[in-house]
Amino acid sequence: MIRCTAITKRFGSFAALHGIDLHVRPGEFVALLGPSGSGKTTLLRIIAGLEFQDSGQVLFADEDVSRRNVADRHVGFVFQNYALFRHMNVADNVAFGLSVRKGRGKPSRAAIKERAEELLRLVQLEGLGARYPSQLSGGQRQRVALARALAIEPKLLLLDEPFGALDAKVRKDLRRWLRDLHKAMGLTSIFVTHDQEEALELADRVVVMNEGRIEQIGTPEEIYMNPATSFVSHFVGETNRVAKGSGELHFRPHDTELVSEGGEAVLVDNVFRKGGVWRIEGILQAQQVLVEIDLDAASTPPSLGEVVQIRPRQSRDFNSAGAQLKGEPQ
Amino acid sequence: MSRETTLRATSEGHLSQALLIGGALAFLGFFLALPLIAVFGEALKAGIGTFATAIQTPDALASIRLTLFIAAISVPLNMVFGIAASWAITKFEFSGKALLITLIDLPFSISPVVSGLIFVLLFGANGVLGPWLAAHDVKIIFAVPGIVLATLFITFPFVARELIPLIMEQGKSEEEAALSLGANGWQTFWYVTLPNIRWGLLYGVLLCNARAMGEFGAVSVVSGHIRGETNTMPLHVEILYNEYDFVGAFAVASLLALLALVTLVAKSVLEWRFELNSGASH
Repeated sequence: MIRCTAITKRFGSFAALHGIDLHVRPGEFVALLGPSGSGKTTLLRIIAGLEFQDSGQVLFADEDVSRRNVADRHVGFVFQNYALFRHMNVADNVAFGLSVRKGRGKPSRAAIKERAEELLRLVQLEGLGARYPSQLSGGQRQRVALARALAIEPKLLLLDEPFGALDAKVRKDLRRWLRDLHKAMGLTSIFVTHDQEEALELADRVVVMNEGRIEQIGTPEEIYMNPATSFVSHFVGETNRVAKGSGELHFRPHDTELVSEGGEAVLVDNVFRKGGVWRIEGILQAQQVLVEIDLDAASTPPSLGEVVQIRPRQSRDFNSAGAQLKGEPQ
Repeated sequence: MSRETTLRATSEGHLSQALLIGGALAFLGFFLALPLIAVFGEALKAGIGTFATAIQTPDALASIRLTLFIAAISVPLNMVFGIAASWAITKFEFSGKALLITLIDLPFSISPVVSGLIFVLLFGANGVLGPWLAAHDVKIIFAVPGIVLATLFITFPFVARELIPLIMEQGKSEEEAALSLGANGWQTFWYVTLPNIRWGLLYGVLLCNARAMGEFGAVSVVSGHIRGETNTMPLHVEILYNEYDFVGAFAVASLLALLALVTLVAKSVLEWRFELNSGASH
């Protein structure tokens, strides 16, 4: 469906993207995940045609669209702060993509009105067509932006931090709803996020980006269970990082157990309930670094100041360049 | 104790507030309202009939026509230039942008007389382009084209200065959204950009108009003061005044002042609507 090959982009002296290769299959829901400045939004804007790459190609279904501008690429784009037209009411916002059509492709006024109402029903905002964007809540604005983008019947939907400006509860509801919509409409969707939980929950595949490069592409399961690089390992999910030789040893808090002897000594610093587990924070005595351990909620947690022995059930080695060293899980 | 302190603090605040407001009002009254009243008083001193006669002399009517003509050319042109300049400055990245912003402010920082002289030096009989213009029988200086040019120069910053901060604040994501929905550049400007800047634009146009009608210095240098031909209203006021025709001078002056007052009222109404508008969108 979409193929990016060797995309590079510079903004002045800042290299935003260094040679990105990405293939998105039809019907996939893909997350571009990374910290700010990782180039994820730039990549999304290049796919949309809002920004142009310095070199490399963007292909839609084997057709080179690299030189086409956004208006000719026919993609749905949902902007970070929604970018609703503030002087138009909700119905006119949704109808915009149809109203600006020219010639034979332009539907009649009645057809446009009907289509806008249909879309508002789809995003569960029936009856709010006469409101202005300033009179809506964040979640409602987000859905108007989505309805507006879907009005032009795109096959590809691109979303830039779609849930960034929403509070936690609304965010969770909208996520599930967006996931269902994506499936029901047979869309191919790419969304940008810095929230790993969001990426792992929503996406079929996650593209982890850092400093203008792709660190790893994989299913949420692969990304979490088998991170390819040290960056992915600590950016996705919680990870303890301790020095090992010239590289690093990573292990997850929930992959760690207490042992009576033969483990690493940890001085318990803090103990608290975290959801369904006990979270222990302590100092690894040998290296004087902070480690976090999750223990079964049914167990009795160690007390403050106690020195306990820990052992990772599963861990991963990374060399000094950040690449994973393959071997038997320890 | 702390309540007493607060109380005293606020009462002192009230006192200084009253003093400041009183001072400002007295100042405004003395320097703005009083002269304005004096202008209208002087104009109507000899009765409404004399006033009407004074503004209906052929020279006065010619100056009114010319002033309106100049404004009718320079205001629309500067509206287009202003939109184009602010659009270019806010939506694109290019080298020389800082220089362009500085250049836009140039007419504000140069004395109007110097602005006028620039055009005389360029287009006058002894100017750079003078001989060529004379050879082709084109009259710019001491003619209407010169006045239009000088007015255009003087009033250029008003629209651009008003729009640049406004467009910057609004960002470009709405335009990008319009483009992504298939709108072309013109549709995007007409349906998205223009409605978003309309109040700011009108405000800039009004200020531009007020200055276009009222400009004296630059226009005085390039006009040549030919009665009935190149005299604008401000220049006509000066001529009448120098000829001790006080009623005539004040009659035309009061007309000019009236134009300014209408502009001010329109501006206030716009400001009020503008605030209402931007208040609702946040």
